Amino acid sequence: MATGVIVVMVIIALLAPLIAPSDPIAQPDIIGLKNLAPSLGHPFGTDSYSRDILSRCIYGARISLTVAALATAIAVTFGTLYGAIAGFVGGAVDTVLMRFVDAALAIPRVLLLIAILALWNGLPLWLLIVVLGATGWFGLSRMVRAQVLSLRELDFVAAARAVGATGPRILLRHILPNVLPTVIVAATLGIGHVIILEAGLSYLGLGVQPPSASWGSIIQDGADQIGTAWWISLFPGLLIVTTAIACNSLGDALRAAFDPRESAVMMAELDA
Amino acid sequence: MTAAPTDMPLLDVTHLSKSFPARQRFLRRDAADIRAVNDVSFAIDRGETLGVVGESGCGKTTMGRSILRLIEPTSGSVVFDGIDVATLHGSALRKMRRRMQVVFQDPFSSLNPRMTVGAAVREGILIHHLAEGREADKRVKVLFEEVGLNPAYASRYPHEFSGGQRQRIGVARALSVEPEMIVCDEPVSALDVSVQAQVINLLQDLQRDRGLTYLFIAHDLSVVQHIADRVAVMYLGRIVEIASSYDLYSNPIMPYTQALLSAVPRPKPGRQTARIVLQGEPPSPANPPPGCVFYPRCSHPLKDQDCTRVVPPLEEKTPTHFAACIKQPTTMAAR
Repeated sequence: MATGVIVVMVIIALLAPLIAPSDPIAQPDIIGLKNLAPSLGHPFGTDSYSRDILSRCIYGARISLTVAALATAIAVTFGTLYGAIAGFVGGAVDTVLMRFVDAALAIPRVLLLIAILALWNGLPLWLLIVVLGATGWFGLSRMVRAQVLSLRELDFVAAARAVGATGPRILLRHILPNVLPTVIVAATLGIGHVIILEAGLSYLGLGVQPPSASWGSIIQDGADQIGTAWWISLFPGLLIVTTAIACNSLGDALRAAFDPRESAVMMAELDA
Repeated sequence: MTAAPTDMPLLDVTHLSKSFPARQRFLRRDAADIRAVNDVSFAIDRGETLGVVGESGCGKTTMGRSILRLIEPTSGSVVFDGIDVATLHGSALRKMRRRMQVVFQDPFSSLNPRMTVGAAVREGILIHHLAEGREADKRVKVLFEEVGLNPAYASRYPHEFSGGQRQRIGVARALSVEPEMIVCDEPVSALDVSVQAQVINLLQDLQRDRGLTYLFIAHDLSVVQHIADRVAVMYLGRIVEIASSYDLYSNPIMPYTQALLSAVPRPKPGRQTARIVLQGEPPSPANPPPGCVFYPRCSHPLKDQDCTRVVPPLEEKTPTHFAACIKQPTTMAAR
């Protein structure tokens, strides 16, 4: 189910030019077709510039999903390595690395993002992705470090060392695979979170620049008229919620699949 | 068991100590270091089994791990076949580790839950280039058969096995790098009694077939009596008595050993000896008593203030029977 939702979203994003009924930034009749309620011709209605909301949502999926997926990929990769190295090496390295994370976590992420993004005027998309990724790994690195700290004391790590495994080998073959469930869950939660963050930034004019659309910026377009033209904000909002929930359920499913014990339990339940 | 090919012991441990720094509080350093292993010396001949017994927290496990350098010893030397293990680094240390392996107590944490048991056994073979590819798979199969497991199980994950089976896998992993000595760290204490016997028999068969040397750590006195040629008794980080298994069990000298042995249940009710019940808890290894560490709980009839002044050396009381007690030995029956 969750996978289905995500697959559909990704297909919509990939095939946007084929699916969208009209050009997402075309303004066919700014007076006559302005703020139309949902109808057969415009299933999601139109906005104050007479643009078709459905088309904007379809194209918006491209940007929202790309930004969320890439930013999360950056954050998860970096956060996992950072936390794993801190926990595995320990000592002074650990102290320095983790005090930096403490300091970074003391600053609210939105504030940090606003401060960084405000430096640019007309922000390129790739930079938005990098900045979202670079500010999203602190919490994960802490979780990974904590897990590595407890994993490295287990006997199977000592056994691997006893048969002659080197530090990098132990980290890659014995410790990181055991951290994977945490990382996957964090990644899927992160995707949902980044979609919402990007929406918030777009609302502040710091995210995706008009006239291109992301789900967040479409919500922002309709925010002033939520009482009279509710459809502008409602539909992208529903898409965000659906996608975020789907990501979270997928995360749980993946975690179960990655855990040999849990998947065995699931198989047993299926048999029963 | 088998005759030693040379006069030199395979493993010679001298003055081995390991202390852990006490937790430091802000601006305070009042707590003393915890001496888990304190000036321990012993030797094991090739093909011999040395049992190590003692209650929980007496430093048995720390000693075993220090010998393997899974924990860095604080001081002392560990000489294995003429090579000082404590000075080795990098690849020389890895080569040495091939010759000394370990079997752990907890069959659940000793196997990586995300690695098939075949991969776990194969790891050492690959690391030391003992075999590659299909040849390595074949070796894994042979090892599985040797420890009494179906080789087809190699592709399974640890959670699919029972405790006894996991312990066999642990033994197969230790054997994979063809060691000469295995430190068995309470290998059967987590198992059911019937399974314990199977694993012990397996270890004895392997010793016979491969000429292995064991350092067998346990708290079960009957298990140690069964498997060990010689037995060392540890108390509060020190070896307080060491003798051949027969001598130690029939004629314990150190009052602590006597108390330990009196706690072993005897199958014949009529032969029950008087139970020596120790008073109180063992002292903290952060603050051991001066002199004899066992003094506060000792029931020796001759114990006096001298016991608190001298750390009793491990003396040869009767041939090959060493005990750390400065008083005349009394027999268990005498009290």
